[in-house]
Amino acid sequence: MSAPGAVTLVAPELGSRRRSRAWRRLVRGPLAILSLLVLAALLVAAAAGPLLAPHPEDSEGAIHPDVRLQPPSWAHPFGTDELGRDVLSRVLMGARISLTVGVIVLVIGVTLGTVLGAVAGFAGGRTGEAIMRFTDIVITIPELILALAITAALGRSLPNTMLAIGLVRWPIYCRLVQAQVAGLTHEPFVEAAIAAGARPGRVLFRQILPNCVSPVIVRASLDMGLAILTAAALGFLGLGAQEPTPEWGAMVSNARKTFPAAWWSATFPGLAIFATVFAFNVLGDGLRDALDPRTRDA
Amino acid sequence: MLSPYLGRRLALIPLTLLGVSAIVFVLARVIPGDPAQLAAGEQATPEMVEQFRREYRLDRPIWVQYGAFLAGLVRGDLGKSMFTGRPVRDDLEAYLPATLELTAVGITIAMVVGVPGGVMSALYRNRWPDQLTRGVALTGVSFPVFWLAMMLQLLLAVSLDVLPIGGRFPASLKGPHMVTGFYTIDFALMGDGEGVLIALRHLLLPAMCLAVGAVASITRITRTSVLDVLGRDYVRTGRAMGFPEPIVIGKYVLKNAFIGTLTMIGVALTYMLAGSVLVESVFDWPGIGLYAFKSIIQLDFQPIAAFTVLVGVMVALVNLGVDILYGVFDPRIRRPR
Repeated sequence: MSAPGAVTLVAPELGSRRRSRAWRRLVRGPLAILSLLVLAALLVAAAAGPLLAPHPEDSEGAIHPDVRLQPPSWAHPFGTDELGRDVLSRVLMGARISLTVGVIVLVIGVTLGTVLGAVAGFAGGRTGEAIMRFTDIVITIPELILALAITAALGRSLPNTMLAIGLVRWPIYCRLVQAQVAGLTHEPFVEAAIAAGARPGRVLFRQILPNCVSPVIVRASLDMGLAILTAAALGFLGLGAQEPTPEWGAMVSNARKTFPAAWWSATFPGLAIFATVFAFNVLGDGLRDALDPRTRDA
Repeated sequence: MLSPYLGRRLALIPLTLLGVSAIVFVLARVIPGDPAQLAAGEQATPEMVEQFRREYRLDRPIWVQYGAFLAGLVRGDLGKSMFTGRPVRDDLEAYLPATLELTAVGITIAMVVGVPGGVMSALYRNRWPDQLTRGVALTGVSFPVFWLAMMLQLLLAVSLDVLPIGGRFPASLKGPHMVTGFYTIDFALMGDGEGVLIALRHLLLPAMCLAVGAVASITRITRTSVLDVLGRDYVRTGRAMGFPEPIVIGKYVLKNAFIGTLTMIGVALTYMLAGSVLVESVFDWPGIGLYAFKSIIQLDFQPIAAFTVLVGVMVALVNLGVDILYGVFDPRIRRPR
């Protein structure tokens, strides 16, 4: 097995052919198709939630005590919750939140991790060591617990949750990028560029980082699912979005009061989380198999 | 032989814990809301709130609180919980065995299902057992654990009524005489077979929920490791020399492939510690996860800090254990360099 930090350089002229082959491999198989459909549905729901939902006002504070806890029916395909709100509408509106959370968490994590990892890998020496030791410390604690502590300290809100999870995710990318950058820094083409007079920063940006993009993308697509799961868990613990925001994890938590009698108010939001995460995982896996030559054996 | 390596690892632990606790305390600087007011309750007079504040040192600057925390840590004093009123250390001692027992059963399930599953998946690569196993594994990591817990509760405890809905033991029955704190072991020590069975029944559902994610990751890594080893020269040589397949698999492949699996088991254990917060809250399991959950909801800070440090210690111990086991499985590591 090649070393975890081993570097794969991409020859530019083969790039586009590899990519189209990779794409074809990615969308092969019923599982991949299903996942793409789920994600398409998610995007549609996120973009057009308020238009699609039969009762959009239920996510903005409206309550209907007279129809509380109705089982699934034609009027309310997913039933109603303890405040009479249409579960289907809230699940649809929640899509936007989950997607946003996933994206923002990854942006924070990838950016922070890449910056720190690039600096650590390129500079090396004491700075690099210090950064990596700090990374080790943060990685030690299970993510959920650290994110939990951070959110508890910052206060319960959705932005704080996103910040917390992002702050917990960056070490993964830091290590990844650091390994790549450190490996590449001593390659002849880098030394040549510096000898020719290019500033180190420019070399880092133009020559080294583009070669790190592929593993980061693979990792990020695998991480999307995990980010959404962690956000949902924090929502379940009451630390995320507050009422009446229809965050899926929080919806499951609220449903506990009327569980298991009114099973639908917990089942459907959770099912949404599962379907979304599953779709991202399938695609992330597919992406990795397609792009990363090392794991292409299967 | 292992000493310099181990020694370095051991020395890193307090440093890591220092860093972890520092992070947690720095965050405390930003806590909105007034924990003392919350703890004292709505009926409290301003004097009572002040007294509360003084007793829990909430009136001192944050670095004084941190210093006190560290000093206490060395002494073994972890502060007092504002809500239970008990020393945090006593709370943790009371709740830890439940979590340990749950985690132990969980990781056992995960290994028993995951390792053979991964091996089989590798041996029948790309045929239906492999596809099935990979599909199940992919599904396993996609579940929100708290939701899965509730769904399993709904299915197995409520609809089918095969397993208890929660708790560690029926309230109507008498618990075991506490030796280890593990109900299964303590009942066994008492010779009470029925008690052991009841305890196991209560353990099964929460442990399964904890194990789901771990099964998935252990299966995948075992599959990858075995596949990798199968391609190695010494396996090809062994087969060419005519060794029976079971010997090749058992002796050469498994032992070498297990290192990757071992690492993943360690990782899975740490994820279970995190998962315990969620699973314990759904099943009302009286462990440190539930304790942490309640403390967080109430902004009870001493328990939160102590819990985080405790988790850090446990993670460090797990990593240490994995490192030691590396030496057992891979003789190259054992030899001094």
